[in-house]
Amino acid sequence: MDFNGFDHPGGPDGGGTRSVKVMIAGGFGTGKTTMVHSVSDIKPLTTEETLTRAGVGVDRLIGVTDKTASTVSLDFGKIGINEQLVLYLFGTPGQERFWFLWNGLCKGALDAVVLVDTRRLASSFRAIEEMERQNVPVVVALNVFPDSRDHPVDEIRDALDISPYIPVVACDARDRASSRDVLIALTGHLMERSAVALELR
Amino acid sequence: MSAPRRPTDPPPSSRPRPSRGDPQGLERYYVLTGGRSGPGGSASSLDVATLIVSRTAPVPGMQHEHEEILRRCRDPLSVAELGAHLGLPFNILAVLLADLLEAGRVEARDPIPAHDAGRGPDLALLEEVLSGLQRL
Repeated sequence: MDFNGFDHPGGPDGGGTRSVKVMIAGGFGTGKTTMVHSVSDIKPLTTEETLTRAGVGVDRLIGVTDKTASTVSLDFGKIGINEQLVLYLFGTPGQERFWFLWNGLCKGALDAVVLVDTRRLASSFRAIEEMERQNVPVVVALNVFPDSRDHPVDEIRDALDISPYIPVVACDARDRASSRDVLIALTGHLMERSAVALELR
Repeated sequence: MSAPRRPTDPPPSSRPRPSRGDPQGLERYYVLTGGRSGPGGSASSLDVATLIVSRTAPVPGMQHEHEEILRRCRDPLSVAELGAHLGLPFNILAVLLADLLEAGRVEARDPIPAHDAGRGPDLALLEEVLSGLQRL
């Protein structure tokens, strides 16, 4: 076995690989897992988050024998940005009963995509609100399903009551290039925000 | 003459030994962590996107899961990926990682924070991300 690299002379800040975290949020069934799958470099994986971590009283778990009752699955993928930087994409749990997990999950996230199914706008209201509340920059991506009506972006923006500075883009979450373009739009949005922040200093 | 023996359960020693990972679900987690439910100290800040990197090779006699973590993290691997590969939920894995962190056997690299002292993310970082995405 090759154990080269075990003695990192530089220590933790020795210029090694780092990560950034991007969230894929949205209501139940809006295509979050689909987007993670289409844009990830690796076969997407699932990890389990336990509810106890989020502060559910341990006593409430007593007698729970069904493991699925105490854990929630997170789908995630990975994009190698360059030799030194890895981007992790985490799909947020869509079910309402898991919203409380979001605080921990979104902490430290660079930004987020909020997916919207234009046939069921209301299912993503909460996701947009949560991201704004947590101060995570977002881009709203309308996932165009085959039987979606053609909605002008402005109409959707009004219906969702989105702040004027949040970009709204259309995409097909099943398509790699389309999903990548959403992430590019998101990064561009963040760069504009940062540039403005720099000017204001 | 001995009386016919009543069939009994085999003595414990002759029962098939439980193989590693035999206990299921919560019982398995209890065994793995020695009953600890959550990490303290340095591991309590672990994130799903935190990268773990081994600093030492596995040594004989180590708990199997510790050994497995050291083996898999020769190249940096996120806590989420480790959890997926080892089939362990976050908080159980965090307990195991806390042991390794305390012993100096792994290092943990937090994700690059979104906000740097009240400013937005670093422009240079965003440019890096952008050009990486454009190459996809």
